[in-house]
Amino acid sequence: MIDMKNRQAQLQQMVEDMLNEAAIQGASAAEAAVNFDIGLSTSVRLGEVETIEHTRDQGMGVSVYFGHRKGSASTSDFRPEAILDTVRAACNIAKFTTEDPYSGLADAARMAGEQPDLDLYHPWEMEVEEAIARGIECEAAARDLDPRITNSEGATLNSHASLQVYGNSHGFIGGFPSTQHSLSCAVVGQQGESMQRDYWYTSERSPEDMESPREVGRRAGERTLARLGARQIETCEAPVIFQAEMAVSLLRSLVGAISGSALYRRSSFLLDQLNQRIFPEFVRIHENPLLPRGPASAPFDNEGVATAPKELVRDGILRSYILSSYSARKLNMETTGNAGGVRNLTIDSGELDLAGLLRQMGTGLLVSELMGSGLNMVTGDYSRGAAGFWVENGEIQFPVEEITIAGNMLQMFAGLQAVATDVERRGSIRTGSWLLEPMTIAGS
Amino acid sequence: MSTMIDIARNALLLPANLQDHHLDQVMDQLLGAKIDAADIYFQSGRLESWVLEDGIIKEGSYNIEQGVGVRAISGEKTGFAYTDEIGLPSLLEAGRTARAIARSGGQGGIRLQGVPADRHYYDPINPLETMTETGKIDLLHRLDAEARRQDPRVTQVVASLVAAHDVVLVARSDGNISGDVRPLVRCNVHVIVEQQGKREQGSSGGGARQGFQFFLDSERALGYAREAVRQALVNLDAVAAPAGTMPVVLGPGWPGVLLHEAIGHGLEGDFNRKGTSAFSGRIGQRVATEHCTVVDDATLPGRRGSLSVDDEGTPGKNTVLIEKGILKGYMHDRLNAHLMGTESTGNGRRESYAHLPMPRMTNTYMLPGKDDPGEIIASVAKGLYAVNFGGGQVDITSGKFVFSASEAYLIENGKITSPVKGATLIGNGPDVLTRVSMVGNDLELDAGVGTCGKEGQSVPVGVGQPTLKVDEITVGGTN
Repeated sequence: MIDMKNRQAQLQQMVEDMLNEAAIQGASAAEAAVNFDIGLSTSVRLGEVETIEHTRDQGMGVSVYFGHRKGSASTSDFRPEAILDTVRAACNIAKFTTEDPYSGLADAARMAGEQPDLDLYHPWEMEVEEAIARGIECEAAARDLDPRITNSEGATLNSHASLQVYGNSHGFIGGFPSTQHSLSCAVVGQQGESMQRDYWYTSERSPEDMESPREVGRRAGERTLARLGARQIETCEAPVIFQAEMAVSLLRSLVGAISGSALYRRSSFLLDQLNQRIFPEFVRIHENPLLPRGPASAPFDNEGVATAPKELVRDGILRSYILSSYSARKLNMETTGNAGGVRNLTIDSGELDLAGLLRQMGTGLLVSELMGSGLNMVTGDYSRGAAGFWVENGEIQFPVEEITIAGNMLQMFAGLQAVATDVERRGSIRTGSWLLEPMTIAGS
Repeated sequence: MSTMIDIARNALLLPANLQDHHLDQVMDQLLGAKIDAADIYFQSGRLESWVLEDGIIKEGSYNIEQGVGVRAISGEKTGFAYTDEIGLPSLLEAGRTARAIARSGGQGGIRLQGVPADRHYYDPINPLETMTETGKIDLLHRLDAEARRQDPRVTQVVASLVAAHDVVLVARSDGNISGDVRPLVRCNVHVIVEQQGKREQGSSGGGARQGFQFFLDSERALGYAREAVRQALVNLDAVAAPAGTMPVVLGPGWPGVLLHEAIGHGLEGDFNRKGTSAFSGRIGQRVATEHCTVVDDATLPGRRGSLSVDDEGTPGKNTVLIEKGILKGYMHDRLNAHLMGTESTGNGRRESYAHLPMPRMTNTYMLPGKDDPGEIIASVAKGLYAVNFGGGQVDITSGKFVFSASEAYLIENGKITSPVKGATLIGNGPDVLTRVSMVGNDLELDAGVGTCGKEGQSVPVGVGQPTLKVDEITVGGTN
């Protein structure tokens, strides 16, 4: 086991060495980040071990500023001379970049002070044999579910412990350890000539919060079985429910569209929408970067700016953009502490569970899988491959595949009918299933 | 070329005071267990990128990545460990960890021998050094000016230049040791155009396993700037795309992403060994019309997906996947080839030393047919002509795949008419090529922009095809 306290002190020293070297090289400001991750990944397939990987990743990056000229460099080589070389490489780059009045560190006044313990570090003292046994139990639960489960891609258990340290020439330095443990399972079902595959996973900061191996396997198996016999439907217009895991992608598109970099480049479908209504009135979307054990929690952002809970959408109205100090200066605004992205973004759920949402929809499409990347971020035009279930009178009728759904993101947001209580919590974005107004479904 | 091995030795082993007998020692230790095969993969990579935005050189970065990965295989089991420190102690430790996959004792006594590769498909250059920093910056400014010069409606230009220099050395337990020096350059231009409050985007670029001169030849990079603006302006006038099943004519070159998604992934050896691909057990069967012959070819000189040797030391090959409509073979790495009783096709690739190799594509393309592209379009009464695409994705088990058109037009009565908005096309891999009724005589390879993702690993790839007609595929528009 790695002594994380000791390791964190080493990484902090590296950050300080890099900042010192930047100053020696004449940089007027600098920032540096170091990360270290150690992990175990075991996968089993058909009841046998397939791979055992011992992972150990490390990297450090430095940005230097000569006035408003910026240069960056990074390396995975942690030897002292490599650290100095990396800083010098960044300084060399800065000789050739252009003076950019908006570039630089975030304001010193915004640096995080006392950093709360967010309960993110729960190492798992686990032997390889135990990891394998859990994988085998998980996969068996899926395979034993039904004779139509005929094959498997196996089960994989990942356990990682990480350290992140960031510092800059304002004198800010901060770091924290975290852990992430996940177990996933994917199985193949067969009906006639056709095969279907689906998966499930659990991912948590602490092993005690994970779903049991049996539960993960059972859900993987059930999801695969539910897809058997899928067919195309005819081209039509119909209301659509994005199942929670898929609704995450809609919020991710919102995040992309209200991010500073897309806004100052004028490459967003939500340009100039601050304080405008973009969702129906019931919609509230907020961010809590300080959520204990949250999958994306952090006490400071990638520029050292203190993070804090905030509302992005209230009463359907866009209240805040998602900004780093750079994009904020470009837009003549203040950073929102979002360098590095959003951290535990949540849309409030309504009263209905998924079954209730299906009843509210009556007849339409429940989307459980999306394929491809068919969103034009400039116009909001949306067209993606999909699979899911056809629903009539609030009841699932049969599985559907080889279809596309298309519309425009602005109308999809404005036409949000309800958000269910079946919240997906495994990533940086949390949401229940969404019921949307009719979209174009292309099929046979 | 044995010189490749020498270059790789000098770059990777010499600085760490490692000699071949040290590798023998690590290998002996690895094989001192019930291990069928093992390999050690050394890598040293340098990546440099420059970005122009708002008319200024806003960002530049330089990345150093190096390390060594040690893999031990026992039957279907793989043990893997890696380290960022290239040196004997860390190598021995990684070896001990990797071999824990198998427990009891076995043989040892391996002596590594360099096996010269027959050919190399790119020169062992460092592309970062093929142009001065001032030259790179000047090129980016020229791209910006060229894009803005095309049309006053251009409001934003983002141009980037990236060069990567990878040196790898692979030592295997069968004694084979090989090296490769892999240059890669990439250039991209992205523009936003604005007309009376309506905005659109266009993007174009290219790349190769060459130096930066590639972008200056025949004003190639300036061509990217013009092309990005042209696409964006076309899309300003685009109408809603049709929805439903219809004939689709795919243009030559990059639309070959169809082949990559629809059949390429499904023919990778790992999925077929496991029986999880929609193509499993279908060798010798008809999976396409007789017009279709598809290859995966690592041997094209200087292409983005080309490989002189793969990441397991197997020389790059040209593998026939589909010949006149009949499925001929899968793409293999060593592990899956061994387990299926066949030979590696040189498709064992990994993103880096920190990733395990698996079967991956190189340059995947369809050979030219006999039809005149104009006649192919003229044969369609009502359908879609799609010439540019974004990415794609496939579910190899169900066979369903998508790829998203970013530039497409309606075909009405044999004529290309209005441009339509981007739309995703969805089809079934094992079926789609059985609906290819015409194949053009105009084979083109893509400009060198492809990156393929599989199980979290990204590798550069190429695609290509002639103009071809699919009689029926689902188009995901709104109209």
